[in-house]
Amino acid sequence: MSEQQVWLMVAVIALVTAGLRFLPFVLFGGGRKTPAVIDRLGSVLPSAVMAMLVVYCLRGVRFDTPAGWLPSVIACLLTAGLHVWRRSTLLSIVGGTVCYMLLVQLVF
Amino acid sequence: MRRLLQWKGVMIMRRALRPAFLATLPVMTGYLVLGFGFGLMLHEAGYDVLMALGMSGFIYAGSMQYVAISLLADDASLAMAALTTLMVNARHLFYGVSMLDKYRGTGAAKPYLIFALTDETYSLVCQEELPVPQESRRAYYLLVSCLDHLWWVLGSVLGALAGSLLTFSTEGVDFALTALFVTVLVEQWLTAEDRVPAMIGGGASLICLLLFGSGDFLIPAMLLIAGMLIEYTDGRRGKRHE
Repeated sequence: MSEQQVWLMVAVIALVTAGLRFLPFVLFGGGRKTPAVIDRLGSVLPSAVMAMLVVYCLRGVRFDTPAGWLPSVIACLLTAGLHVWRRSTLLSIVGGTVCYMLLVQLVF
Repeated sequence: MRRLLQWKGVMIMRRALRPAFLATLPVMTGYLVLGFGFGLMLHEAGYDVLMALGMSGFIYAGSMQYVAISLLADDASLAMAALTTLMVNARHLFYGVSMLDKYRGTGAAKPYLIFALTDETYSLVCQEELPVPQESRRAYYLLVSCLDHLWWVLGSVLGALAGSLLTFSTEGVDFALTALFVTVLVEQWLTAEDRVPAMIGGGASLICLLLFGSGDFLIPAMLLIAGMLIEYTDGRRGKRHE
């Protein structure tokens, strides 16, 4: 890929992302009433989406060797455990990530 | 008179700065770590600081930027890039929907506020109770959006710069993103009144992952989740009416 092609792709990704962020304001802004079904969906979607994103991040997990799944599963459990324990976003993220890095680099 | 109004605007901004800065502290830590990881990965893929600055400044969508690195590595087409962005970032549609009222009357700042509406910024500005008086709402929204943007760009530039200096292996640092989503999910799980939507989201995604494979499951999963959530909230509403 040439440098120009790379920047073109960055521009496409930026435009589609901005388009998605602007679309609701274009469709439902300016005094029009939001359809009830969109309102309902908007209220329950955040937690459903977060669970979907976790699955999305773990989509590469394979169960044929221990190295394919143990590091992800252990690090996820540690992240969740740390968060239940201390409720500190920073501690949970750094703890889980360092644990994962140590596991893939030193153990598996 | 005009200068007086300008002066008043400056004072409102100054007074909103402290609460806005304090509110973004958790985002700052997350964005510096995640941005740093992104900068590192970009460096390892062979791109320079300017690319880190451009992507974090203009795309400004954490998970999508990680995905963009693999799109670049795979030599993907522009259509593929656009479609992937639609799938990964479709969730932003729903942030806009719930900010329609709050961002009303924000004037010239509105386009920037909408552009900068990331998951993390949304989690700060969507709250009903803000740590500022009513007249400072607009200044607060703007400062929170700008500061978050700054943390993200700063993290990725530092990561791209440090890439050549680091002497230890950074393999696995991309797990920071997974850890962020796990953390937010756990936080929502602990505070939610209703945990069924999270179970629907996770369950439908797993089913689609098994059926369609890791490359193609996201769009069917989103359709299934939207369908099940509409059905579920319809049932819940029906119960309330009885």
